[in-house]
Amino acid sequence: MDIVLMQEDLDRIESSLSRILEKSGAHCILLIDRSGQLISACGDKPPEDTVALAALTAANFGATAAIARMLGERDFSLLFHKGKEENIHFSSFGEDFLLVTLFNNDASLGLVRLHVEKAVRELSQIFENVFRK
Amino acid sequence: MSFINFAGREIQCKIVYYGPGRCGKTTNLKYIYSKIRGNVRGKMISIDTKGDKTLFFDFLPLDLGKVGGFSIRIQLYTVPGQVHYNATRKLVLKGVDGVVFVADSLRVRREKNIESMQNLVDNLRDEGIRIEDIPLVIQYNKRDLQGGSVPILPLEVMEQDLNSHLKVPSFPASAVEGYGVFETLRAISKAVAKDVSRRVLSGRRADLQLGERR
Repeated sequence: MDIVLMQEDLDRIESSLSRILEKSGAHCILLIDRSGQLISACGDKPPEDTVALAALTAANFGATAAIARMLGERDFSLLFHKGKEENIHFSSFGEDFLLVTLFNNDASLGLVRLHVEKAVRELSQIFENVFRK
Repeated sequence: MSFINFAGREIQCKIVYYGPGRCGKTTNLKYIYSKIRGNVRGKMISIDTKGDKTLFFDFLPLDLGKVGGFSIRIQLYTVPGQVHYNATRKLVLKGVDGVVFVADSLRVRREKNIESMQNLVDNLRDEGIRIEDIPLVIQYNKRDLQGGSVPILPLEVMEQDLNSHLKVPSFPASAVEGYGVFETLRAISKAVAKDVSRRVLSGRRADLQLGERR
């Protein structure tokens, strides 16, 4: 299965991502698929890093999903890694997609989660339409 | 699963270097990385152990230039070759658009090559892909050892073992010295670009032309 996005799909995706940035205080957000392809990015990470981040986060998610299955879960739909200053939050949606949010200690995890959840609902809707085409 | 961005006129594809442990998959990527200009390649990421084995994967993104007005971006991955890392190999194969099978020319590795090819067939099947349906090229690596003290397999034997049914393009190579590396990469990139455009763009010819007129 291929993902084919037209201009209007990408516009909607980008506005959804930039809304999370504005409202949650996160500084970078990536939309990727589970094979590690970067679909859209918003925020302040240089493009070179976002491609690598996409590959690594998809792998990370895949590895964690394997752990989940060993515990009798299908998947962990949400992951959070905390660093000294930088934090990263992953949320999976649909069969294929991951939303990766980077934020520092100035932003609160609760607010990030709230806005990520809203965006996931919007994005799921957008992709439903994309696959229906 | 390739990703086609009509707005940015860009196609992203995933190519996986597969093969038995220590056959030279990572060496292929390292050679490519060392020879390609910085503006067309991204960062190479390796998740390996101290013993030089790939633990999870290596990753190298490349820009291939334009086909039909679309920029082609490919992402090269390797898998860990050791038998017990099968769960990891399956993860890396997710969403694959093309495969390079790197075979080890050492005579003592003959069985390992055959096992690894069978493992590729099985893992692709689990992904819902028949090996005959996916772009695939085979590389016979370590040909530089020919004539040395270590016995190596004749190319005909390797063809018979690995390629008698598939009949895909195959290349003798030495990833250490660099010959055959870019021939392999070129062949798989072409095959993948052709396959993706056939699958996706043919059905959207009208959109494509419209986009070009803008």
